[in-house]
Amino acid sequence: MSQMKQFTKGFFKENPILVLILGTCPTLATTSSAINGMGMGLATTFVLIGSNVAISLIAKSIPDKVRIPAFVVVIATFVTIVDLLMQAYVPSLYNQLGIFIPLIVVNCIVLGRAEAFACKNTPTSSFFDGLGMGLGFTMALGILGSIRELLGAGSILGMKMIEGDGMLLFILAPGAFIALGYLIAIINRFKKV
Amino acid sequence: MEYVLLVISAIFVNNIVLSQFLGICPFLGVSNKVSTAMGMSAAVLFVIVLATIVTYLVQVNVLVPLHIEYMQTITFILIIAALVQMVEIILKKTSPSLYQALGIFLPLITTNCAVLGVAILVFKKNYLLFDGVIFAAATSVGFGLAIVIFAGIREHLDLMNIPKGMKGIPISLVTAGILAMAFMGFSGLV
Repeated sequence: MSQMKQFTKGFFKENPILVLILGTCPTLATTSSAINGMGMGLATTFVLIGSNVAISLIAKSIPDKVRIPAFVVVIATFVTIVDLLMQAYVPSLYNQLGIFIPLIVVNCIVLGRAEAFACKNTPTSSFFDGLGMGLGFTMALGILGSIRELLGAGSILGMKMIEGDGMLLFILAPGAFIALGYLIAIINRFKKV
Repeated sequence: MEYVLLVISAIFVNNIVLSQFLGICPFLGVSNKVSTAMGMSAAVLFVIVLATIVTYLVQVNVLVPLHIEYMQTITFILIIAALVQMVEIILKKTSPSLYQALGIFLPLITTNCAVLGVAILVFKKNYLLFDGVIFAAATSVGFGLAIVIFAGIREHLDLMNIPKGMKGIPISLVTAGILAMAFMGFSGLV
């Protein structure tokens, strides 16, 4: 039962983007379309699960003083794996996301979960925590990507929904800030105070 | 002339925060006051230039000859973390006044994706060392410009009557969006 709770908290109660406001850089940069956003989300999910499980396994043997650098090395290892895998199997998505794949290393969500959760919990609950957080992140990126793609190009996942070209602004940089701003405002409005 | 274009493009046209989306966390986090924003951008300028030089030398002299370019991410993040720590220690000993001014911002910089981002971008764009340093310095000036303007706006926003749901992060993001729109005006420049 508790595993279920670790898994679901990432979606709503502690959604990394919409509630905790972590990892804003990739959120804004990769959501110009729904598919890019979700690709980024899944890459981050893989890193999150890998680093969470690895760190929960080795946390006890790491001296407290070098904790953060050790975590960063573990995370960077998984990021390199994702980087190479994506380069080999999904080259077009890899080119679209570009520099933001190696930059998963400095995504606050990953280090945040390692520090706040994985180093104090068992590998199993860390796995579910990583999976839930990652999918929550993917969901938020997917929603934001869909909104921007719909408003900016009139389509979702490449399927045409609205005739015409849409407002190009939402595909470009300013639209990212504005769309995320209103999305968080809506969430805040409905959140219990 | 080439360098003038490089500098203008890095500061205005491809502003690192408003069009590249790097370094959003400090952009939103330490932009409450103009004075802290200035401190942060000075610290970022210092670290980015230093990090670019060191990562460039390591990449060219260690990683490429050994054919382990795939270790780039791990190596760079460790170099940046070590560098930030070292700068902090050196500043504390040699220049306490500068340490006082920059000190609290330094630990935050390790996780600032702008630093790692610029270090990687230098290689993506095939710059040589000197071009890379100019690019890094101009980029961090662009970061400073964006964050200081934004802090100036936020100081005024605090006095406004903002709807409940929009308070804090949402209104900041919408403001940043409008600022990004203003910066889009530069896009025909280079």
